[in-house]
Amino acid sequence: MSKNINVALIGNPNTGKTSVFNQLTGLKQKVGNYPGITVEKKEGICKLPRGVKAHILDLPGTYSLNTTSLDESVVVELLLNKNDKDYPDVAVVVSDVENLKRNLLLFTQIKDLKIPAILVINMADRMSRKGISLDIELMEEKLNTKIALVSTRKNIGIERIKELIADYKNLSREPNVNASLIAPDYFERLKKTFPNEDLYKLWLVITQDVNFMPIQKKRFKEETSFDIKSKSELKRLQQKETILRYQFINGILKETYKVDLQAAKGFRATLDKILTHKVFGYVIFFMILLLIFQAIYDWSSYPMDFIDEQFAAASEWVKDTLPPGVFTNLIAEGILAGIGGIVIFIPQIAFLFLFIALLEESGYMSRVVFLMDRVMRPFGLSGKSVVPLISGTACAIPAVMATRNIENWKERLITILVTPFTTCSARLPVYLIIIALVIPEGRLFGLGYQALALMSLYLIGFAAAILSAMILNKVLNIRSRSFFVVEMPNYKIPLFKNVFYTVVEKTKSFVYGAGKIILAISIVLWFLGSNGYSDDFQNAESIVTERIAEKGLSDPSEAYIDEKLESYSRQLRDSLPAANRMVIDLAVEEKRDDLQERVIGQEIASYKLEHSYIGYLGKAIQPIVKPLGYDWKIGIAVLTSFAAREVFVGTLATIYSVGSDEEETIKNRMAAERWPDTGKPLFNLASGISLLLFYAFAMQCMSTLAIVKRETNSWKWPMYQLVFMSLFAYIVALIAYQILK
Amino acid sequence: MEITVADLKRGERGIIKDFAMDILPIKLLELGCLPGNEVELVQQAPFRDPLYINVNGSHIAIRRSVARHIALDLLEDFSAR
Repeated sequence: MSKNINVALIGNPNTGKTSVFNQLTGLKQKVGNYPGITVEKKEGICKLPRGVKAHILDLPGTYSLNTTSLDESVVVELLLNKNDKDYPDVAVVVSDVENLKRNLLLFTQIKDLKIPAILVINMADRMSRKGISLDIELMEEKLNTKIALVSTRKNIGIERIKELIADYKNLSREPNVNASLIAPDYFERLKKTFPNEDLYKLWLVITQDVNFMPIQKKRFKEETSFDIKSKSELKRLQQKETILRYQFINGILKETYKVDLQAAKGFRATLDKILTHKVFGYVIFFMILLLIFQAIYDWSSYPMDFIDEQFAAASEWVKDTLPPGVFTNLIAEGILAGIGGIVIFIPQIAFLFLFIALLEESGYMSRVVFLMDRVMRPFGLSGKSVVPLISGTACAIPAVMATRNIENWKERLITILVTPFTTCSARLPVYLIIIALVIPEGRLFGLGYQALALMSLYLIGFAAAILSAMILNKVLNIRSRSFFVVEMPNYKIPLFKNVFYTVVEKTKSFVYGAGKIILAISIVLWFLGSNGYSDDFQNAESIVTERIAEKGLSDPSEAYIDEKLESYSRQLRDSLPAANRMVIDLAVEEKRDDLQERVIGQEIASYKLEHSYIGYLGKAIQPIVKPLGYDWKIGIAVLTSFAAREVFVGTLATIYSVGSDEEETIKNRMAAERWPDTGKPLFNLASGISLLLFYAFAMQCMSTLAIVKRETNSWKWPMYQLVFMSLFAYIVALIAYQILK
Repeated sequence: MEITVADLKRGERGIIKDFAMDILPIKLLELGCLPGNEVELVQQAPFRDPLYINVNGSHIAIRRSVARHIALDLLEDFSAR
């Protein structure tokens, strides 16, 4: 057989479905999105015995086929649409041996759709500890299926799944439960109206809350003789169906599933007592948060420095090796600088995703949701908002996506709207460089002023999120009933493979997503900065050379040379103590010529910049940013960072005509910048604080806006975010500057 | 006054008697919150909300407002704790 088998992996959340997927496909997997929506679509290929290949689709976790969320509707949509290219030849239903009863509910529904279904009973390694015994043969007979007893942790039973998939043609298609028993008359009428349709499929189409199959639904409406029952009637019937299915399942489990209750409790109960304790629970949660932040800053600084150096070196290498010209400049100054600006965040983001994956995998995250729900509610948020708010410290994009499991629309919307206030990693480079410039290095009670400033910025971010949530809660007039139901899964030691895949996947999608934008912007910026239409721009070289010949170098440039020379000669004297003074002086003089040449080059470059397209643009916006204490160069950097905050440093680097992104040099340049009219330093406490506050509040991230648009399905909310956050940021920065000035 | 899940103390158990079908989400039913099933209050957060319960082997957390709609017959069980 040459045809690939289409396999759909289906199961309740927390059954280890993803582990089964990882075991079956290994690294041969692909993560994308379902068209038009942001539900994650995971696919992979699995080699089966006898040379057959299976195309495996990992569907979102769901408790039943009665959809209540977007994720769940994806499952139902696929199972109802025979024409979908992913329509499964066979469904693999993953269940957890400890929650078999609940898991079987979904299984019976899939059986009733007459899709060949294999039952995977996962976590078999826990059976003896929990005192569970199963009669697999009898269960197979009663459920009319084949069962694979699996432990993904111990790598047992995976071969059996593969064999069963390869042999799917021999699986029974007999349904388990006759759903029409819940309303015989109604189903009879359905059958008469649509004689060619499968009854249970019809029933599912009718009862879906989300109207995802417009064609079939429309056909119902055209049939005037057929009355659609009211929503509450349908709901009651759905409940009857659930009860009917549980009766069927209970009957089977009574004969096939034995559990020794004495063995069952213990570990879980003890851990729960500590982790959800009224006092210790919160203390432990807080400690874990501290650990995470500590790890992100301390551990990731090493790989970050390394990446920084590599990119600076690569940029130098390109300039040295490729023939000089426009193209080389584009690569070295535009593209490499741009990519370097994003790659540098990989360590921090990977660490954050690592911790979040660990917390989720271990089952701890549900306990946090439980602990925090009551605390968050006065602010119009839910316990489930905690996860997005924490993830938001890495990046608002995955954080906004993580709001999807908040069932209450109002709580979800508020969470989405306030999440961008949390201090994401893209703000960090801006914060770090400005804090280093304007906050003195002293200490207060053993804590550095600079560290305190950074911490205050984080707190300000959280405070802004919480306070705006409170306001939104009052202002937004949305009535939606709260369906807060959280499963508290068993504690598990996270599987390395699962965590590893999650971190790789999430990091990859962040880098590609944000990378595209930054790349585009840096190319545009580079173009605007290195081209101009005026005569001043075209003749920059001769104008600057003449000016220098007349008046000498500018003050900051002189200061820069002096400083460099001093450290150079000190270095020479230290390393060559025996050398003749004359020799050292000669070397220093040579260095001076070198530096002068470089400085002249830089002055030409910045003169060019001032008269380039971007220079004129900057001059045009100067009146708007001047009240905040910024000159046109900072104004340009602020403007470009509306695409993504991390662009700020890169833009300043380009504008201050420093070739590489190396922090020290940009910082020195920034420190040397002065207002041309007054001669006062541009970056002082007032303008620095004003910039910090502006970046704390402004909505400067196109990707987040795009994600919010997709998740809320309208441009209204992202536009509100953009306007309100930016306006707020402007006002706060204005007040701060005017007071501190 | 009827006893509901919201009235349970930690460690107490009861049998679900009545379930306000129109108000409560179907998800609860699917998770095992059915008449006749046993409920145990495992833990409660400060302000006694939300409640962490064990229904028929399913461990779930629900808000008080929901718990108030699940009526119970209290189980007198002296062997527990």
